[in-house]
Amino acid sequence: MADRLRAYRTVLVSRARSQASYRTSFRLDLVGALLVGVIELAEIWVLYSATDEIGGLALAQVLLVFGVADLAFSLADLVAGHCDKLPVYVRAGTLDVFFLRPQPILAQLVTSDLSLRRIGRCLVGATALAVGLALNDVAWGLGAVGLLVLAVLSGFVIFTAQFVTAAGLQFFLVNGAEMTNAFVYGGRYAATQPATVWPRALLVVFGTIFPVAFAAYLPVSTLLGAPGAVGLPAWLGWCAPVAALWAVVVAAACWRWGLRHYRGAGG
Amino acid sequence: MSDVHGNVIEAEGLTRVFTGRPERGTRLRRTRHVAVDHLDLTVAAGEAVGYIGANGAGKSTTIKMLVGILVPTSGTVRTVGLHPLKERRALARRVGVVFGQRSQLWWDLPLRESFSILAAIHGLSAADERARTAELVGMLEMGSFLGTPVRQLSLGQRMRAEVAAALLHRPGLLVLDEPTIGLDVLSKQRLREFLVAQRREHGTTLLLTTHDMGDVERLCERVLVVDHGRLAFDGTLAGLARTVGARRELVLDLATPGPDLTDVPGAEHVRSESDGLRQRLAFDPQRTTAAWVLAAVAERAEVVDLSIVEPDIEDVVREIYRATR
Amino acid sequence: MPPNPLRNPYWRFLVAGFRGQSAYPLATFAGLVANATFGLLKGGIMGAAVDSSGGELAGYSAATMAAFVWLGQGMLGSVNFWGGSALQDRIRTGDVAVDFLRPVSVQASHVLTDVGKGLFALLPRGLPSVVIGVLVSHMALPGDPATLTLGLVSLLLGITVSHATVYLVSVAGLWLVETRGVAVLYMAVSGFFAGLYTPVYLYPDWLLAITLATPFPAMMQLPVDVLSGRVTGWAAGQHLAVQLGWLVAVLVAGHLATRAGRRRLEVQGG
Repeated sequence: MADRLRAYRTVLVSRARSQASYRTSFRLDLVGALLVGVIELAEIWVLYSATDEIGGLALAQVLLVFGVADLAFSLADLVAGHCDKLPVYVRAGTLDVFFLRPQPILAQLVTSDLSLRRIGRCLVGATALAVGLALNDVAWGLGAVGLLVLAVLSGFVIFTAQFVTAAGLQFFLVNGAEMTNAFVYGGRYAATQPATVWPRALLVVFGTIFPVAFAAYLPVSTLLGAPGAVGLPAWLGWCAPVAALWAVVVAAACWRWGLRHYRGAGG
Repeated sequence: MSDVHGNVIEAEGLTRVFTGRPERGTRLRRTRHVAVDHLDLTVAAGEAVGYIGANGAGKSTTIKMLVGILVPTSGTVRTVGLHPLKERRALARRVGVVFGQRSQLWWDLPLRESFSILAAIHGLSAADERARTAELVGMLEMGSFLGTPVRQLSLGQRMRAEVAAALLHRPGLLVLDEPTIGLDVLSKQRLREFLVAQRREHGTTLLLTTHDMGDVERLCERVLVVDHGRLAFDGTLAGLARTVGARRELVLDLATPGPDLTDVPGAEHVRSESDGLRQRLAFDPQRTTAAWVLAAVAERAEVVDLSIVEPDIEDVVREIYRATR
Repeated sequence: MPPNPLRNPYWRFLVAGFRGQSAYPLATFAGLVANATFGLLKGGIMGAAVDSSGGELAGYSAATMAAFVWLGQGMLGSVNFWGGSALQDRIRTGDVAVDFLRPVSVQASHVLTDVGKGLFALLPRGLPSVVIGVLVSHMALPGDPATLTLGLVSLLLGITVSHATVYLVSVAGLWLVETRGVAVLYMAVSGFFAGLYTPVYLYPDWLLAITLATPFPAMMQLPVDVLSGRVTGWAAGQHLAVQLGWLVAVLVAGHLATRAGRRRLEVQGG
């Protein structure tokens, strides 16, 4: 087991080192990612400053939602963001090389790179989270901490799973790769919003199929005791791990389906 | 390790059909392309097999089915006794593959890192990794560019590295898909010598797809000719030449242009050039000789100059295609 | 004999850009799905913002806010908020030397080609976004031919300003070679200042002042407001004047920079 992990670790370490060695462009990417994160935070700040509350959330509360969502997404992007290179590998034929190694294809894809530059983005989410926690009246205790940790972890799993789902679908989409942006990056955007403002169609999509509502909004609602969505129980935030599990199931299915299609096994 | 007993490759009725998407601008009908058509193939341990055929004849598709990249539409295949689809990872430990066009190495990392990553992937101990890498680096003379990023290597250097990478885990079967394509003569020769030595010392089974007849002649005892997915010939190189009835060609320059020499016994008129000033006659060296043909021609016309053209192996292959069509 | 306008090389660049966009139906549909999803999300949050402000927010009603969202989404394929361009690749590889040898303006050829591409994108992305917007919301639409005309002119100006400004980033490559840093910066701020996420009029005064001192609002904020009919008459005329002003400024800057850059290339030996 340690042997197998060593193989993945070796690749990741190599890639990390190689990225850091391109000093200038690495720093540029880092700053760029940071800047994009700051801008997105600014947008939220501007919007919620112009009104008292939107969708039941005031600025202080939405900062917390944004913080949790953005942190979880940035971490997922760090680990799995490069899975969107799959169509490039398929077109170049270099995906075939993965089949020649005694490792699972997905594991090779996920560990093929480490998008270190996304660390800049993580800082933004972490900062927003910290500020949000400071500004809000949080009933601190084991439960609160547990809920927060659970939220970030579940969010991380959900977003990572969505990267994998997108990769699996790429085997079919080929030219239609952009469609997955709808739930990968659309999901990120949606996760930073109060789910109450979503049109009904998107409630289904981002509430159940790609359950990003459970990544930040619902756990934070539970944490703050905010009114939350009408008709939904206040403890729904604790179900984030269930949503994460579902996201994993979807991802596993799409990946296997896509891989089978690629190999022509019953597709 | 290379202690393979029994057959290394066993394929029966191997078939692969591609149903393509309808292309833009053409009639909306799914295209059906039979890339491999009921191929039967058995390769025993230690053999060296050349797999030749035109582009699109199905060579790469066959390789992909042997190693588990593609799944056959019908038929069965076992490589080193394993099912390529279900036991892909176990298979990957026993087989080494070199794709001429695609690299298995990590493009922007120094070459030695590719080797250490592969060693980790195959679970080689640190000592084993050191020994094996040193051995391969020595045999393939890669010491001078171990620190160079792979993308900066010349094609010749890269191919040596690819072969080393494929052999790092001492597989019993080595599959090479167009390995010498684009290489200069010297690099080709060195690579071939290495492969010959590899077979001699470790008994590695070799399956080689190539366009290059030089590869086949130097490396392989057995030749498979595939045409449109079907096996057109399976035997030795000499047998191939015999089967096709390879002919020699006598190129005759006459003193004056004359009519086509079509009635020369034992010889077939191939074509005339320059209005009959130069004529080509083909004959089967098993049945007659150049001297007899020349004598017969001399009775009919005055010969000023002559030359004999040996058949190219490529011509031989083309002959098979023509014979099987 | 007067030159045939259709043989004018600059017109040809525009047409080439327009025609060069291969429309794989699946790719177009995929882009539309992504576009619509973002539009629905943006529309949701902005609509809720207007609601909780009592139906009016920084001069936007529910209808004009919806128009802001969907017209903005529709424009996304036609403007350039990511800062990269074909010219930057050509500078990186050195191919740009060839461009300077041709008897056409480098600036004009590249900007016109990009504008052509942008105009083409209005068909698969712009129109459907408007259709979706009309279907899912009560978005404001131009009420009369005059407004529509002004709006379309404003749209054209906005697209042109966008590509002409990105050209400035590209031409910096003649000095920097690697323009990735500038492009990244451009990507981060251009959308923000152009009113991509929220109308810039929501920004606090100091931020709004900075925003309006940049050409970015002319790329999206202004055209969207004119086209939706939120701004009409003299105010609309003012918007167009501002856009035109920025266009001239950016083009002149680009022209001067190109000339200087060409001289630099010649000195460097290409």
